[in-house]
Amino acid sequence: MRDAELLEAKDLVRRYSMRQGLLGRITEVTAVAGVSLALERGRTLGLVGESGCGKSTTGRMVLGLEVPDAGSVSFQGKPMPKPGTPAWRAMRARMQMVFQDPLGALDRRMTIAEQIAEPLVIHAIGSASERAARVESLLRDVGLRADQGGRYPHELSGGQRQRVVLARALATEPALLVCDEPISALDISIQAQVMNLLVELQAARGMAILFISHDLRAVRQVSDRVAVMYLGTIVEEGSPDALLHDPRHPYTRALVSAIPHPGKQGERIVLQGDPPNPAARPTGCAFHPRCPLASVQCRSETPTLRDDGADRRVACHHPHASPIAEAA
Amino acid sequence: MSDATLPAVAAAPRFRLNLPLGVAIGVSWILLMLAVAVLADVISPYAYTALDLRNRLSPPVGMGGVWAHPLGTDELGRDVLSRLIYSIRMSLLIAFGATIIGAVFGTTMGFLAAHFRGWVEQAVLALVDFSASLPFLILALAVLAFFGNSLSLFIVLLGFHAWERYARIARGLAISAGAQGYAAAVRQLGAGPLRVYGRHILPNIASTLIVSMTLAFPEIILLESGLSFLGLGVQPPSTSLGNMVGYGREYLTRAPWILLAPAFTIITTTLAVSMVGDWLRDRLDPTLR
Amino acid sequence: MLRFLATRLARALITIVMVVTFAFVVLRLSGDPALLIMSVDAPPEAIAAFRASWGLDDPLWQQYLKYFTAILHGDLGRSMRDGRDAIALVAERIPATLALTLPALAIKLSIGIPSGIYAALHRNSLTDRVVMGLAVLGFTVPSFVLGLLLVLVFAVQLGWLPSGGQDSWRHAILPVITLGAGGAAVLARFTRSAMLEVLGQPYIRTASAKGVPWRAVVRNHALPNAAIPTVTIIGFMVGSLIAGAVVVESVFSWPGVGRLLVVAVANRDLAVVQCILLLVAGTMVASNLVVDLLYGALDPRLRQARAGGAA
Repeated sequence: MRDAELLEAKDLVRRYSMRQGLLGRITEVTAVAGVSLALERGRTLGLVGESGCGKSTTGRMVLGLEVPDAGSVSFQGKPMPKPGTPAWRAMRARMQMVFQDPLGALDRRMTIAEQIAEPLVIHAIGSASERAARVESLLRDVGLRADQGGRYPHELSGGQRQRVVLARALATEPALLVCDEPISALDISIQAQVMNLLVELQAARGMAILFISHDLRAVRQVSDRVAVMYLGTIVEEGSPDALLHDPRHPYTRALVSAIPHPGKQGERIVLQGDPPNPAARPTGCAFHPRCPLASVQCRSETPTLRDDGADRRVACHHPHASPIAEAA
Repeated sequence: MSDATLPAVAAAPRFRLNLPLGVAIGVSWILLMLAVAVLADVISPYAYTALDLRNRLSPPVGMGGVWAHPLGTDELGRDVLSRLIYSIRMSLLIAFGATIIGAVFGTTMGFLAAHFRGWVEQAVLALVDFSASLPFLILALAVLAFFGNSLSLFIVLLGFHAWERYARIARGLAISAGAQGYAAAVRQLGAGPLRVYGRHILPNIASTLIVSMTLAFPEIILLESGLSFLGLGVQPPSTSLGNMVGYGREYLTRAPWILLAPAFTIITTTLAVSMVGDWLRDRLDPTLR
Repeated sequence: MLRFLATRLARALITIVMVVTFAFVVLRLSGDPALLIMSVDAPPEAIAAFRASWGLDDPLWQQYLKYFTAILHGDLGRSMRDGRDAIALVAERIPATLALTLPALAIKLSIGIPSGIYAALHRNSLTDRVVMGLAVLGFTVPSFVLGLLLVLVFAVQLGWLPSGGQDSWRHAILPVITLGAGGAAVLARFTRSAMLEVLGQPYIRTASAKGVPWRAVVRNHALPNAAIPTVTIIGFMVGSLIAGAVVVESVFSWPGVGRLLVVAVANRDLAVVQCILLLVAGTMVASNLVVDLLYGALDPRLRQARAGGAA
């Protein structure tokens, strides 16, 4: 068992069948079409893409909340058990999720302290008094006061609620945290605080994070590596700085150009064509109908994710050449 | 033209001010009935089967009756007040028992449907459709014909009245809680189904269920009294409100008080409970109808 | 539309099959019908003969199959008491019941719907309060109490009308009023809330803000939309035309299906009870089917949505 690899997902595929009417035709929608990713202990992988690109589904499969139709997930070198089994349930203590909507993720009829203690109760960790002490220190760790444990979710602000969700997720000291759009429901002013808290907590506790977001800037701030998804596949992967300064895939280029830079007047790439629809996947490269560089090859041949220079992988027939190569 | 939309807005506060008086009276009446039911043995002047052959068909006080029997007596000289007290106890017992059975059974079925989905859900939904598409009185009569009658069977049978409403509510709310939100979050923490449904979903939908129970309660009283009136519910020598009306019907011309006392009690009790139920619904769960 | 129709029909059939199965299961669960019908001290040969003639010795699935095919052939058995054909026994009671329930339905519709609409359009007016007060009373006063009170006043005290029996149209007046009053109350309450819900919709406000006369808004927008939920409850009322008068028929000694049912239940005449159960289920399912089709006509959106909801 390699110690470094905490999580490894190989060729994950997830299809949903949608039925139109009782006797209607069944249409198949491929939400995730072959995604592989690996995550080391204590590191952060950012997963970026528009809504509907399959990034949340990927997150749920990685956590074992959903069973992939093809491909495999292994955690700490062992395959993911079937959902609902005792082995799967026991594994929940090692991997946790942070949700987009903290108010929805909390039970409005339970106090904050009770909810933070719940994973400890479920996994029978500690005695009642130890749990209480643990809850108090968790509250402090996420920047809340101990007396706020007696409050109910609706009595807290959005940012405070997300801190509670974080505290609950960290209660069992998991090795992996999947954060699915953890800040997009928060006010801009609160977003940075929660991001900083996440970074601090990771530094102190050393858990690995899969950070899912549509916001490339937010991902960049916390991630060691970034993967960009489009219609169920990863189109580009690399270190955040390299990806931002030198995007190779046309889709990544469009995403990067959409980030406003103060003082810098870059031309903005506006994508043509329809927004991606997983129910009607284009042939070949899924991005070709919107791609400015699309060729005949792109329409028929699906590009694979392959190494493109050091520490970079791109799935494109016509990747943008690096500026250094151009200069040479 | 604009006045057409305005009243709805302007009237809301008036509506709220008006209700509590009625609701307060309703609550007091329900409490009185509960006290009567609990204290029946203490406050009842006679045993409900005790005969007073010298005072047969004695009218109530105010219609020429004697104070020994304030609400009069029946053909056998049984005290109407005492019989009324024990009838209230019996009818409330049945209505409470049946309401709780219906709520527990329906909620459980709804949770099962939500948890297992697939064919379990389809089976539950088919049963729900089935119950909702037949008048319950007819089903109840058929069961009584097949099984005969006993008090416990009767209570269980009435419990199936409106079970499908709880099942629908519980299934719908459990599915929406499970798809996204707190139930999914807790399941993700590693909680088993008992914890998810018992500790989280149930408390969250309790107010809706309680409102449904208050709305079903008077219906069950009416069903019980109707069946007992037909002689197919509570069997003599036991007595219930419907039973008393059925018996009093024979003496409609000579001694209407035998019938009027329980009839009045049925009407006021169902009225009180449904008023409180409507008020609770508006307060706790305006989405329910 | 064809698919919608097929789905509805399939569901109607499933409900009927479930009713038949329900009757069969309950019948078998209830113990040995032979012992129920024959007295306990009947000679064993008589019981054996009874069992054989009713097919009670066959395996259960065979009984079920036989039972089902018999019903398909319109054979619902004979009254266990007097040996007459159960269907004939029930059929001869239907006209008497319809003589009560049809006029009562007319009363429900002609009083319930207009007063519900009126109350909704004049919300919180005195009329609204009176109508709703009466409607609540109509729900909380059980029909047997209302019936007996009417008898007490109009037959016993005033002597205007007969208290029971079926000799002339005058005998039908009190039972029809009793039946109609309760249903009218339910319908008024329901129509009012359906109307109020529709009147609160944005498109009503939009229409009236555009300057469409209020009467036209009500006629063209509010009424058709409020009709959709109201049709359901009317369907339920039509579906219970056959057996909606169980209690009232008993109060007025009216020889209809309901009275027959009560007597059959008291005597445990299972064939007759079964026959009435199927008859009620049949009318109910048929009227539900019609309601569903009306839904489709009233609201084209529902065709797709309801078919989808069934999946």
